[in-house]
Amino acid sequence: MGLAHKDLLSIRELTSDEIRLILDTAESMKEVARRDIKKVPALRGKTMINLFYESSTRTRTSFEIAGKWLSADVINVSASVSSVTKGESLKDTGLTLQAMHPDIVVIRHPAAGAAQFLAGRLTASVINAGDGAHEHPSQALLDLFTIREKAGRLEGLKAAIIGDIAHSRVARSNIHGMHRMGIEVRVAGPRTMLPRFIERLGVEVFTNLDRAIADVDIIMMLRLQTERQQAGLFPSLREYSRLFGLTAERLKAARPDVLIMHPGPMNRGVEIAPDVADGPYSLILNQVENGLAVRMALLYLFAGSGQTG
Amino acid sequence: MRILIRDGRVIDPARGVDDLLDLFIEDGKVIRIEKGARSTEPLEASKGKGTKAARHAESALAVDRVMDATGLVVCPGLIDMHAHLRQPGREDKETIASGTMAAARGGFTTICCMPNTDPVNDTRSVTEFILDTAKREGAVQVYPVGAITKGLKGEELAEIGELVEAGCVAISDDGRPVMNAELMRRAMEYVAMFDLPIIQHSEDLHLSGRGVVHEGLVSTELGLRGIPSASEAVMVARDLLLAELTGARLHIAHVSAAESVRMIRDAKARGVRASCEVTPHHLALTEDTVRGFNANAKMNPPLRSEADRQALLEGLRDGTIDVIATDHAPHTVQEKEREFDLAPNGVIGLETALAVTLTILVAPGVLSLPQAIAKLTSEPARILTLSKGRIAEGADADLTIFDPHRDWTVDPATFASKSRNTPFAGWRLTGATVATLVGGKVVWEA
Repeated sequence: MGLAHKDLLSIRELTSDEIRLILDTAESMKEVARRDIKKVPALRGKTMINLFYESSTRTRTSFEIAGKWLSADVINVSASVSSVTKGESLKDTGLTLQAMHPDIVVIRHPAAGAAQFLAGRLTASVINAGDGAHEHPSQALLDLFTIREKAGRLEGLKAAIIGDIAHSRVARSNIHGMHRMGIEVRVAGPRTMLPRFIERLGVEVFTNLDRAIADVDIIMMLRLQTERQQAGLFPSLREYSRLFGLTAERLKAARPDVLIMHPGPMNRGVEIAPDVADGPYSLILNQVENGLAVRMALLYLFAGSGQTG
Repeated sequence: MRILIRDGRVIDPARGVDDLLDLFIEDGKVIRIEKGARSTEPLEASKGKGTKAARHAESALAVDRVMDATGLVVCPGLIDMHAHLRQPGREDKETIASGTMAAARGGFTTICCMPNTDPVNDTRSVTEFILDTAKREGAVQVYPVGAITKGLKGEELAEIGELVEAGCVAISDDGRPVMNAELMRRAMEYVAMFDLPIIQHSEDLHLSGRGVVHEGLVSTELGLRGIPSASEAVMVARDLLLAELTGARLHIAHVSAAESVRMIRDAKARGVRASCEVTPHHLALTEDTVRGFNANAKMNPPLRSEADRQALLEGLRDGTIDVIATDHAPHTVQEKEREFDLAPNGVIGLETALAVTLTILVAPGVLSLPQAIAKLTSEPARILTLSKGRIAEGADADLTIFDPHRDWTVDPATFASKSRNTPFAGWRLTGATVATLVGGKVVWEA
């Protein structure tokens, strides 16, 4: 069985079987990642371009290492050094890349829909590594992988996603991905950061942290962009932290074995207290490690699908 | 040049006419209107001398051209009170020549061009340039709309008296709202001296923020920043209150939200001198068209929800919405072929407006054919106090002939407009322009 798509733009286009295939493949990849010699020849002769229009350490590095361990030739293009600063359009950048015959292009871009825009213009597989507030499918997949690894299953679990839901591509991809795999999803945050009609995505909506985290298996904290304060979405870091910061004290409202996740980078002391981030139920570093395995699986499945000719 | 348009279904909502008539045109005017040969009298009864058919035959000998309009509708030339022609300044998007040719192709004989050109139409010289160019190169009649404020900056009034003298038929900062309520009040009072309508692009820029689509389920799903309906509606509410205060004639451009329709309905019932328009795209499309990040579904105000669309249809039906206007907004392919956030707002509409109106409003029975034609002819003429939009002996022979039943597929490559940014590409529409006459001259013919 393979994947029926050229590109990975949104987690919504994946069936539950396809997600399972990706997670299963990632398990074998994780075994490779733990070897002494990590290189396998799966993507030898394949070219992968990391096209990053936003600064990103963890996602870019994760894709880069994943490509290298699979023996692909990996090229990083970042907005600050590319011709973007000379005013080249995304369309022309796409055409230019196309002329270089890459097999995979991983794109991170501040505009929703940018990955889809590029995918329509390239024969290469395009993997969306985050487009505006739209989607970040590889993050949701690595989150699902991490949950399955710890909990032993996905079906029937309950998760609460906490924070700035309105501006979060991680939240959107996770809502859809979790639903697909049978996880019940709650969201919570200040009313100013919960987008209209979010309940129509099938989530339960809370504005109270204690109630949101009671009785869930997973708490996923989102990063707070501090510039939202100037936009009038919250009054101060202090108040945000008092109302929505996850501390050891607040955790008493949750189940004792609840799993705690954060896509990073964290604002320690704002949305998550240091002792919680580093505590026994925190999966934050597992998420990073599993990100490698999941991205190896994605590269393998998409570049190996034969659609790139 | 004498032209006879024969046996068409002549619909003139201004005079309540809907009949099979012959129109005789000479020296740019309609000189005679007669019952068509096939209209009332049976053929056998009309063979003798002195009958209508005989007179008809005599007249036919004297004309230079007979246009057979059998099975076609002949109506007053369509009037678009809201178009952007981009000249001067952005002739790569549209020119007065190309925009008026697009108008002619779409059945429009009169169009109003908004002042957000470069330079802005806030001085006599720009108004005169537009009128001179239109006279030399334009296929149809062009009436400029002058700016409310200098440079559309919303700070100081433009020299509105001089703009009116130069030929502007309305005053607007279209593309931008006048955010300062005090300035808007003074502008209304000032414009009222000239008995012109003041046209507002109703939008609270703080509420819109950096929004790019309607704030609703689709914006939430796609992660695009939303523009709430309230952004339009609070401005409509404010301006209706100011119109009531000043007694000025307020025309609200491109209404998109149910809340706005509701407030305009109430204000009209209380006697406020308000009118408003709606675009064909807001009548035909909703926020769902944005899915797939389609930049040709990006405009301001944005495509809203199905409930809003239904409210617009109801507003048209009950007369709250007076006019259908295109908000024809040409942009180049490269400007639209970008990330959704970065693509400019606006779509073109002159070449699809009539067919969309017939397909979306008339075919399903939202409006009768005469009602729909009124929204495109007599109603805009009334608001702008133009002696157009009617068919009468002695009136300008501005006429549109269209086939109400012909199906066609929208192919932007065939447009006369310089731009291609239509959300209707590939749509199957019913109703097509057959000929457009301006001042008795055929300016476009299928």
